[in-house]
Amino acid sequence: MAERGFDVARLPGFASIAIAAFLALYVPILTLVLYSFNAGNSVALWQGFSLHWYGDAWNNDAVKSAAVRSLVIATCASAIATTVATMAALGTTRRRAFRGQTLIYVAINQPLMVPEIVTAVALLIVFGIVKTWTGYQGLGYLILAHSAFCVPFAYLPIRARLEGMDLSLETAAADLYATPWQAFRRVTLPLLAPGIVAGAMLAFVISLDDVVITEFVKSGGQDTLPTYMLGQMRRAITPEVNAISTALLALTVLLLTAFFLLTRKRE
Amino acid sequence: MARAADAARRASDQRGWLLSLPALILLFLAASGPLIVVLIYSFLSPGQYGNVVWNFSLDGWRGILFSRDIFDDTLVLADAHLTIFWRSVWLSVMTTVITFAIGFPTAWFIATRPPAQRAMWLFLITIPFWTNLLIRTFAINEVIRNEGLLNSLLIWTGITERPIQIVYTDTAVLIGMAYVYLPLMVLPLFAAIDRFDLRLLEAGYDLYASRGQVLRRIILPIVKPGIVAGSILVFVPSLGAYVTPRVLGGGKNMMIGNFIELQFTQGRNWPLGAALSMMLLLIVMGALLIYVRAANRGTDPHG
Repeated sequence: MAERGFDVARLPGFASIAIAAFLALYVPILTLVLYSFNAGNSVALWQGFSLHWYGDAWNNDAVKSAAVRSLVIATCASAIATTVATMAALGTTRRRAFRGQTLIYVAINQPLMVPEIVTAVALLIVFGIVKTWTGYQGLGYLILAHSAFCVPFAYLPIRARLEGMDLSLETAAADLYATPWQAFRRVTLPLLAPGIVAGAMLAFVISLDDVVITEFVKSGGQDTLPTYMLGQMRRAITPEVNAISTALLALTVLLLTAFFLLTRKRE
Repeated sequence: MARAADAARRASDQRGWLLSLPALILLFLAASGPLIVVLIYSFLSPGQYGNVVWNFSLDGWRGILFSRDIFDDTLVLADAHLTIFWRSVWLSVMTTVITFAIGFPTAWFIATRPPAQRAMWLFLITIPFWTNLLIRTFAINEVIRNEGLLNSLLIWTGITERPIQIVYTDTAVLIGMAYVYLPLMVLPLFAAIDRFDLRLLEAGYDLYASRGQVLRRIILPIVKPGIVAGSILVFVPSLGAYVTPRVLGGGKNMMIGNFIELQFTQGRNWPLGAALSMMLLLIVMGALLIYVRAANRGTDPHG
């Protein structure tokens, strides 16, 4: 027995370092949020509360089109990534390990392992060739690129959900003369839905946040919100960038909270 | 019977492949396939206005370390490149060390909270983890800029009269990377500490171990897999960092990622850029291999 009042888990100084770390993580973010409400055009001097930077951002056509583009790409990419990831998760779980399964895992998780700058350069080259061949300059390239790097983020929660699922329900459905498709449609899919939604949301957030790959793949005039902000940072920074950041931040926190509620283990 | 079971198994294996196929095609088109093209480009000659000329050449790979003297065409060691590599490696190692020094106590703190509070603290680490890297870089820039929070505070308290120049230095890049990658260190460390049986500490203290001894001889060896995972998760993206050095280093304090970009823009040396990308990829794969081997050793009962 340890003596009374002696907490074995306490290590001197650790708690203070931890609190300092949390402060260090949040003070910059909160400062950024705070100055998005600044009345003046400084990101250093507080001149009273105002929402006018949000108004400015909202009325700025470049920001608006970048925001719409970001949302279109994120929606398409997360839809595509989630669809193929769901299929792959169904293919790689709940069956006897088959030859090449490890290869599939590695291929799916590849975007997590390769540095983003390398993928970005690779896509710059390949899409550059395709652009000259076909003359097509549209959003398709960005959607394709985003879909690919979103796959592992969609795959992981869906696979986790599948692995925790009880096979006996589908066996029961089959015993009751359900066709494989009926069993999938009426039993597996509804049970899997929270995993699919969670995967789609992660993919959405990841697509929305991407800077590097988008910066290299985009054609002229195809700025997304993050690449627009990156471009703005070269110039004098106004609280408009803070306002855009805060809006993106709010969206991320909202989606994350929903994600946690969805994946929380019910015990 | 056996043959029927065999056929059923084969059909099941085939279905596994078929279902995975769309994902594999997508990833081949926009992730792994293009890497092969980069490899090919690294062996070609640079075009005059960017792009490549289809002539086999090793100049791309040679250019990583050497440059040709303009006057007598001899190969000399490219000091500027070496400086960039050294800066990248040094800053990445330092980022890993700093995030560990801060991240370990933080992860320990979270793991030893009462269960009801633990989820809340963990969520607080997860939010920055998922927040846009650009926004976080921008946020830390707000603090360390000349007119930023830190300098305003230092001037206001009279510690300095003039703002300390932090942004556009290596220090700024280091602070920025430590800031954005800290959650990547904390999360795997937490996972390792969370599995840790606190009774082992009691046993240690009962046997008259000091706190230092308990930390060195019990805690650190057991959470080692978490330390390795966290270090790799921080080191790998630090080495390939692009956004943070671009925003906080101000174009002058380049890291490998920015140097690669340069070859595809003003540098107009695509083969060199391709070779640099392949080099970065090889280093990262090496680091991941070390990680996999360390992780496997962690699960080995005799390890």
